[in-house]
Amino acid sequence: MDQYIHTPITEEVTADLRAGDYVYITGTLYVARDAAHKRMMEALDRGDELPIDIKDATIYYMGPSPAREGRPIGSAGPTTASRMDKYAPRLLDLGQKAMIGKGKRTKEVLDAVVRNHAVYFAAVGGAGALLSKCIKKSEIVCYEDLGAEAIRKIEVENFPVIVVADRYGNNLYETAVKEYAVI
Amino acid sequence: MVRDISVHQVTDHLADMCIQANHYLSKDMDCRLKQATEEEKSPLGRKILNQLQENLQIADQEMIPICQDTGMAVVFLEIGQDVHFVDGDLTEAVNEGIRRGYVDGYLRKSVVGDPIERVNTKDNTPAVIHTSIVKGDQVKITLAPKGFGSENMSRVFMLKPADGIEGVKDAILTAVKDAGPNACPPMVVGVGIGGTFEKCALMAKQALTRNLDEKPETPWVRELEEEMLYKINCLGIGPGGLGGSTTALAVNINTYPTHIAGLPVAVNICCHVNRHVTEII
Repeated sequence: MDQYIHTPITEEVTADLRAGDYVYITGTLYVARDAAHKRMMEALDRGDELPIDIKDATIYYMGPSPAREGRPIGSAGPTTASRMDKYAPRLLDLGQKAMIGKGKRTKEVLDAVVRNHAVYFAAVGGAGALLSKCIKKSEIVCYEDLGAEAIRKIEVENFPVIVVADRYGNNLYETAVKEYAVI
Repeated sequence: MVRDISVHQVTDHLADMCIQANHYLSKDMDCRLKQATEEEKSPLGRKILNQLQENLQIADQEMIPICQDTGMAVVFLEIGQDVHFVDGDLTEAVNEGIRRGYVDGYLRKSVVGDPIERVNTKDNTPAVIHTSIVKGDQVKITLAPKGFGSENMSRVFMLKPADGIEGVKDAILTAVKDAGPNACPPMVVGVGIGGTFEKCALMAKQALTRNLDEKPETPWVRELEEEMLYKINCLGIGPGGLGGSTTALAVNINTYPTHIAGLPVAVNICCHVNRHVTEII
């Protein structure tokens, strides 16, 4: 089913999302990948505050190509989410509600999705030019020295994603593949 | 007759090739993707394949890289034995071409200078350079920027001779199954069979740069390519890994003689953005 939702993606929003839904997101997302996650964990370990407001936050795992003049961002498709598996449960337990990436997640992450009434979306991998057209604004929030891996805040309009793992324990990567496997 | 070639020419070609490879796919890739869109059985799969086509159009018309992961630059240099490079250091000239292409072309700098310390080199250098000496007085340059979503899912299997062709088939299917959605399917699967540990990996990488319409001469290799493409597409992984009948667009296999005690197999997986450009000086 097609759904149009706005951020923040709260528990009320995730309640209606099911694996397989095609969802268009409008609103604010944070962008962070490997190095930024590592630094956020180090900040938490030191007892420092996170550089972003994690409550009901949506984090898009992405590292864009540089923006040409007059554009907010360059190519901007999802990166492989499993590299954030080590960090994601901790952030979900702190209030993050949605993740956007691509690829399989560990049981620990999927359990944290269920436990925290969160959601894992996939964006189409390798569609960076198309997805960049849905990004209207982009600013670096912190860790600018990380270049493409800095944390950004972006404004998106009708950003297309698919629900892979919902809060009810469904996982589209498992069910859909079985449906089309020819044995 | 020795032919002098300025290394500056190598730089100029490579700078253009970086931009070309990251914004336009080759015709054979384009055709396969179109064909797959028509044949895909899953409605969601068709929707994703249509998005990928639209993505290619936007990349082309608006000069936005097809994928934000504009890759680590893999450069194959086939150097004619009658070529004499002048005006500087060839390796430096290659890296200067990559530097210029990635900086001037608004491509992402995805290379860290040390695998453990991990500080970005900020210009996507160094490239991974493979040279070979061939007959003649020309230089054939192939640039294949490689994204790491799919590179990370690639494998080398050191099989036993007794494993035979069934072992090879299992290895290929295992690599593709494990890659699943992570490798951004529909993928192109490059396979190297034979040689040594490093030779089979290199063959698998080179196989990815082969035109998809070119078939290998050896009958069993040709048959294996067809059989593996069919079997991979029976796995159900589908576009984006979200289920469907298009998991791979092609399987390209290269082979080489090997040792009496071994059967090395390398599977280098590439996403649907299988980028490669070749130019001859």
